[in-house]
Amino acid sequence: MSEREQAFLEYVQSGGQVETADWMPDDYRSKLVKFIEMHGNSELMGVLPEREWILRAPTLQRKLALTAKVQDEVGHSQLIYRVVEDLGKPREQCLDDLISGKAKFHNVFHYPTKTWGDVGVIAWLVDAAAIISQKALLKCSYAPYARIMKKICWEESFHILHGRDVVLTLMNGTDAQRELVQEALDRWWGPLMQFHGNPIPKDDDPMYVWRIKSQGNEEARQQFLDGYAPQIWELGLTVPDPKLRKSDEGVWEYTEPDWDELRSVVTGHGPKSQDRLDLRRKARENSAWVRKVVLAQAA
Amino acid sequence: MNEQEQQLLLEIADDELILGWRDSEWTGIAPLLEEDVAFSSIAQNEIGHARALYELVAKERGTSADALAFDRAPEEYRCSRLVELRLLDWEKTIARHYLYEQSDAARLERLKQSDDPDIAGLAAKIDREEAYHRMHAQMWFDRLKDESRFTAALEELEPLLEEGRDDHTAELAELWDEMTVVRRSQPAGTAW
Amino acid sequence: MIYEVFRQERKGQPLQHAGSVEAPDGAFADVYAREQYGRRGESTSLWIVPRDSVIEIDEFVDELNRNYHRVDGYPLKEKLREARERAGTTAPAGDR
Repeated sequence: MSEREQAFLEYVQSGGQVETADWMPDDYRSKLVKFIEMHGNSELMGVLPEREWILRAPTLQRKLALTAKVQDEVGHSQLIYRVVEDLGKPREQCLDDLISGKAKFHNVFHYPTKTWGDVGVIAWLVDAAAIISQKALLKCSYAPYARIMKKICWEESFHILHGRDVVLTLMNGTDAQRELVQEALDRWWGPLMQFHGNPIPKDDDPMYVWRIKSQGNEEARQQFLDGYAPQIWELGLTVPDPKLRKSDEGVWEYTEPDWDELRSVVTGHGPKSQDRLDLRRKARENSAWVRKVVLAQAA
Repeated sequence: MNEQEQQLLLEIADDELILGWRDSEWTGIAPLLEEDVAFSSIAQNEIGHARALYELVAKERGTSADALAFDRAPEEYRCSRLVELRLLDWEKTIARHYLYEQSDAARLERLKQSDDPDIAGLAAKIDREEAYHRMHAQMWFDRLKDESRFTAALEELEPLLEEGRDDHTAELAELWDEMTVVRRSQPAGTAW
Repeated sequence: MIYEVFRQERKGQPLQHAGSVEAPDGAFADVYAREQYGRRGESTSLWIVPRDSVIEIDEFVDELNRNYHRVDGYPLKEKLREARERAGTTAPAGDR
């Protein structure tokens, strides 16, 4: 590492922030772009599992809330891709790489949504897992990203409440409705436990070293379990992991998540990975003429 | 509020509900990310308008907005054929948006003159929100008016404005099926 | 074209840079900014400006440390101590 890079490392590790026009090491810049791009891709792909249920929402209130939630996610992808573009990678290139499979998106968005129970569980627990990571990004060394995270976290606040409201209503309803929640939870538990990534020690994680992330993977997972295992159990729901418990030292113990599954899913082999990328590709092709007419005219 | 007024309100509410439902199909797949967000707000506004209108009628009939929105049979809806179509091509969606907003503006003007203060008041509120929709539709019209596929779409869809409301397209029944599939899975009155 | 968006949360507060939107012209930028930064009534006012119109200034030269017009140009501790000694007084309560 050069002297300049070393100075930069010390600067970010002591809380220093970096703006777009500042000098940054090549490694920092490339890791930053990859990380932020994956986030943008995830928000955009995250829309697809929930979209179908917008059309099937069983009350006007739920219809509005779910549409607004998905709208927020699209809005977040806009904010994020703008940050990536200002770092030098245009939005269209990001979308090219997403569709071709070159760039990744988070594991949870590669799985199917099968029932209204999924709608509740996703908004309540998947969003909760995401918010824990997002809150840690509020301290990102790269300031433009830290700033949009503030807006993103603020908007996410209603998503979890909406999710919990859907779940509570189902749990207070008919036996069939309660079963919807349990069944969905059984399917989503595995991906949720994999969501924060494998427990690589913080100091071995370049994202943490550069202070792009301010929290290690295991720390995030522990936070998730701390916050949400009690919420799950207090409703009389079960988690499909008999080993899940909090030790006397206050550490959550659980069955080791399937890291092979995570790796396979995130590289495009999830149950819905190709279908959803196909949908994105077709929608994009279908509307290419619009972008040409609208944006080219301005150029 | 007499039966005729109720029917008129249901007509508008059903238009807004079904159009809002169709417009919400673009959430996540619109041509531009920024437009995706904007168009989703329009869809939400339309559903919101439908809800407010249903609530007025629901009060008269001792029922709920959700019951009116979901629990009638497809044949009972009073929406126009124009709003029923699934139009996942942007030029067709914008053409419909433009045509609908113009026709709706005239309808809202008449409603603002109603003797019933609840109806006149709600119409005024909705009209103020629709001003934004009209601006959006005009903005896109100005951008697309030289595109032949857009002018073709306008020509194709305009006649549907004049058609009667008693005959629905097959698409409405399909939409209704999807719209109500979760709701119908449990007995009427179940909370969701 | 990129438009920078500035937003004011409540009357009396300053406008702050909030982000940017991509739009072909001012009319589209209006719609898009209002959606991204105002759809929840979270702003009372927005200013949108084409990025190209923004003149950025981020270098300020002060080679000769012009502190005569700053508070740090006036360290009075020593002079005060000397003046109090001369007058045979001590610092009044509340003074440094």
